[in-house]
Amino acid sequence: MTTLTDIPQSQGFRLSQLIYDTRYRSITIQVIVFIAFMLVGWILVRNVTINLANLGKEIDFTFLRNPSNYDIQQTLIEYDSTSSNFRAAMVGLLNTLLVAFLGCILATLVGVTAGVLRLSKNWLVAKIMTVYVETFRNIPVVIWIIATMAVLSETLPQPSAFRGETPSASMWLWDTVAVTNRGTYIPMPVWGAGSVFVIVTFLLSLLAIWSFGKWAQRRFEATGQILPTAWIKLAIFIAPTLLVYMALGAPITFDSPALKGFNFQGGIQLSNSMIALWLALSIYTGAFIAEIVRAGILAVSKGQTEAAFALGLRPSRTMNLVILPQALRVIIPPLISQFLNLTKNSSLALAVGYQDLRATLGGTTMNNTGRELECMLLMMLIYLIVSLIISSGMNVYNKSMKLKER
Amino acid sequence: MSDQKSTIAYVRSEILEQQPAPRGQVGASKWVRENLFSGWFNTILTLVSLYLVFNLLQALVPWAFGGVWTADSLQDCRTILNERYGNTHHACWAVINERWNQIVYGTFFPSSEYWRTHVAFVLLILAILPVLFDALPRKMMWITVAYPFVMVWLIWGGSLWGPLSVAVGFGIAYFAASVAARYLGSGLIALVSVVAALVWWMILGPIVVSALNDTVPLLALREIQSRELGGFVISVIIGVSGIALSLPLGIILALGRQSDLPLVKMICVGFIEFLRGVPLITLLFTASLLLNYFLPPDTEFDLTLRVIVMVTLFSSAYMAEVIRGGLAALPKGQYEAADALGLDYWKAQRLVIMPQALKISIPGIVNTFIGLFKDTTLVFFIGIFDMLAAAQAIRANSAWNGITWELYIFIGLIFWVCCFSMSRYSQWLERKLRTDHR
Repeated sequence: MTTLTDIPQSQGFRLSQLIYDTRYRSITIQVIVFIAFMLVGWILVRNVTINLANLGKEIDFTFLRNPSNYDIQQTLIEYDSTSSNFRAAMVGLLNTLLVAFLGCILATLVGVTAGVLRLSKNWLVAKIMTVYVETFRNIPVVIWIIATMAVLSETLPQPSAFRGETPSASMWLWDTVAVTNRGTYIPMPVWGAGSVFVIVTFLLSLLAIWSFGKWAQRRFEATGQILPTAWIKLAIFIAPTLLVYMALGAPITFDSPALKGFNFQGGIQLSNSMIALWLALSIYTGAFIAEIVRAGILAVSKGQTEAAFALGLRPSRTMNLVILPQALRVIIPPLISQFLNLTKNSSLALAVGYQDLRATLGGTTMNNTGRELECMLLMMLIYLIVSLIISSGMNVYNKSMKLKER
Repeated sequence: MSDQKSTIAYVRSEILEQQPAPRGQVGASKWVRENLFSGWFNTILTLVSLYLVFNLLQALVPWAFGGVWTADSLQDCRTILNERYGNTHHACWAVINERWNQIVYGTFFPSSEYWRTHVAFVLLILAILPVLFDALPRKMMWITVAYPFVMVWLIWGGSLWGPLSVAVGFGIAYFAASVAARYLGSGLIALVSVVAALVWWMILGPIVVSALNDTVPLLALREIQSRELGGFVISVIIGVSGIALSLPLGIILALGRQSDLPLVKMICVGFIEFLRGVPLITLLFTASLLLNYFLPPDTEFDLTLRVIVMVTLFSSAYMAEVIRGGLAALPKGQYEAADALGLDYWKAQRLVIMPQALKISIPGIVNTFIGLFKDTTLVFFIGIFDMLAAAQAIRANSAWNGITWELYIFIGLIFWVCCFSMSRYSQWLERKLRTDHR
C-alpha cells in the first residue's frame, strides 16, 4: 500500500527525513526521550553520590540487622527492643496491614448500608445518608482522625471509673469487654490441648459449606428445585464445630480483662490510637463507597428489573440473580481502588501515634540510624508492593468479570 | 346528553358536584404517607431516624448557638458560661474570634502585610471566575493570565521585576516560536522556543532583574519568607497551584500512556504507577528530607515550592488515570474521523479528542481537585504552619489549653465549604455541557 508519506526510493536517505518522515520520526523522538531520561537519571545519581560523599555516608542497608533499641506498643509478632530494625519494620508493616484490613471490612459494611439506604424510598433516611456522605467526603481525613481520637480520649471513662462499689462505668458484653480512654480490652483466647481439632473442624465445615453451595447450584440447574440453602449452611457452620468443642471438653477458653491496680490486666489491649484510626478511616472511606454502591445500582437499567418481574421472579431473587451481578461489575473496580486509598491513608497514623510502617521504619528507625535515604526508599518500595498486589488482584477480577463478547 | 333527564328510577337525575380528592391522597398527608410511613419497615426506619436526629440536634443546637463569642481565654469563657447558664456545656467560639489571624494567616505572617493576602484573594476570585463561567467577558481572561505573576509578587514580596521577567520569558518563547514558524518545520519550533526561553530565564533574565532592582525597584514590597506563610493562606496557595499545574501535567501523562511510542509509554506508566502506589505523606517526607540528596550540592530550594511540586506530581498521576478513562470512553470512530479529515496528532487532540474526553472526565477531574485540596492538610506533618498546626499551637497555649471541638469544627467547615462548592460546580458544568438529548 502506498501512502502520501512514502518517499520515492530514488532520492535516497536525507537527514531531514528523521523529523518529517513518519517512518523515522517515532524512532527519532524515542531516541531523544531515551537520551533525556538517561541524562536526568545520571544527574540524579551523580548528585546523590556527591551529596552522600560530602556527608561522609554511603548507601548501606546493614542497619536493618542491628538491634532497634525501641519498643513498639502493639506487636502482632514477637518483638522487643533487642530485635532487629528489620523486625521492627515488619511489625510496623503488619500493624499497617491490620488496620487496613479491618478498615476495608468496616468501610464496606458502612458504605454498602449507606449507599443502599440513600436509594431508599424513605425520604428521611435518604436525606440523612446524603448528609453523611457529603459531610464526610468533603472534610479531610486527617481532621476526622484527630477528631475521632479526641472523642475517644475525652468521652470514654478512665479505668478508675470501673472501680468501687458503685462504679460510674461498666464493662460491655457480660463483663468481657472494657472500653476505656486508655484503650479497649477484649478477651484473649487461650488455646488448650485439643484446640487444634476444633480449628480443623471449623475449617472443614467452611469447605463443606462451599461444596454444598456448589452442589445445591448444580442440583438447582438440573432439577429446578430450590433448597433452603441459607439455613443448611448456617447449621453446617455452627453444629460440627460446636459438637467437637463440647466433645473435647471446651479446650479453648477466654482470658477476660480484669481491673487490677490502676489498669486492666489480661485480655488483648487495642490501643485507642488504632481504634481511632480504624473508625475514622472506615467512616471516611465508607462515604466514598456509599457513592460507588449507589452509582452501581443506578447503573443497572430499570428494564432489567421489569424484565425480571415479567419473568415472575420475586423481588429478592431479582436482586440476587439480576441486579446484583450486573451492579457488582460496576462497583468492584472502584471499590478496590478505595481499599487501596484506605491502605495508603493508614499512613496518617502519624496524627494519632499508631505505630505503623511509617512510624517504625520511616520514623523511629530512621531517626535513630540517620539513614533517611535507605529508610524512605525501602518504605516507598514496601507501600508500592502492597499497592501493586492489591491492584493486580483487581486486574484478575476485572478479567474474570469482563463481558464475554463473541 | 347532560340535558336529558333520566327517567329510570335508579339512575341519578342530576350531575353531582365535583368533589375534592380524599384527604389522604393530596398534599402533605399523602407525601408523608408515601415517603415516611409506606410500610411497617419504613415506619420503623422513620421513627428510629427521627429519634436519632432529634437527640443529635438536642445536643448540638444549644451547644453551638448558645456559645460565647468574645472572651480572652478558655478560663474567661467558662466563667461567662457559668454566669449565663450555670454550666459549661456550651461552645467557646471566642477562640476563633480571638485567634482568627493565627488560623487564617498563620503565626508568623507580619500583620502589617495582611492587606496583600486580601488583594491576592480578591484577584484570585476575579481570575478564576472567567475560567468557571464562559458567560463572563473573555477579556477577563487577561487577569487569569497575569494572576500567577501578580500572586507571587503579592505574597512573597520583593520588586515586580522578578515575576515580570518570568512572564517576559513566556513572551520570548512565543515570539521565538512565531519567528521560527516562518523558517523551520514543525518539529524544530518547539525546540527553538524552549531554548530561547531557557536562555532568558537562566542567563539573561537574572542579570537584567538584578540590575533593574538596584536602579529602580518597581513597586517593591516587603519580602516574606515561605516559612512565615501559614494558616488558610498556605492551604489556598498550595491547593490552587497544585490544581492549576496538575491538570496540564495529567493530560500530558495520559497522552503519554496512550502513546504508540513504547519508550514514552513505558516511562509514563512507570511514573503514574509509582506515584499512585505510595502514600502522599511519604512523598512529602521525601520532599522535606531527601530532596537535598537529589539536587546539586548547596542548592537552596524553598520548602513550600517543594511541597507544591510533590502535591502536583501526586495528583497529576491520578488526573492522568481519570483522563485516560475519558480517552478510552471515546468511540474509536472519533479518532478515525479526525485522521480522515487530515488533522495531525496535536490538532486532532486539540480539536476533536480532548474536548470530548475532558467533558466525559469532568466528575473525575473535580474529584481529584477536591482530593488535592483536602490533601493540603498533610503539609502539617512536615512542619508547614497550616490551619491544623495553628490549631495545635492554640491548644498548646496556656490561654486556650483544653479546647478541641470549636477549632476542628471551624477548620472542617472551611474545607467543607470549599470542597462542597467545587463538587456542586462540577455537577452544574456537567449538566450544562450535556449535549445528548435524553
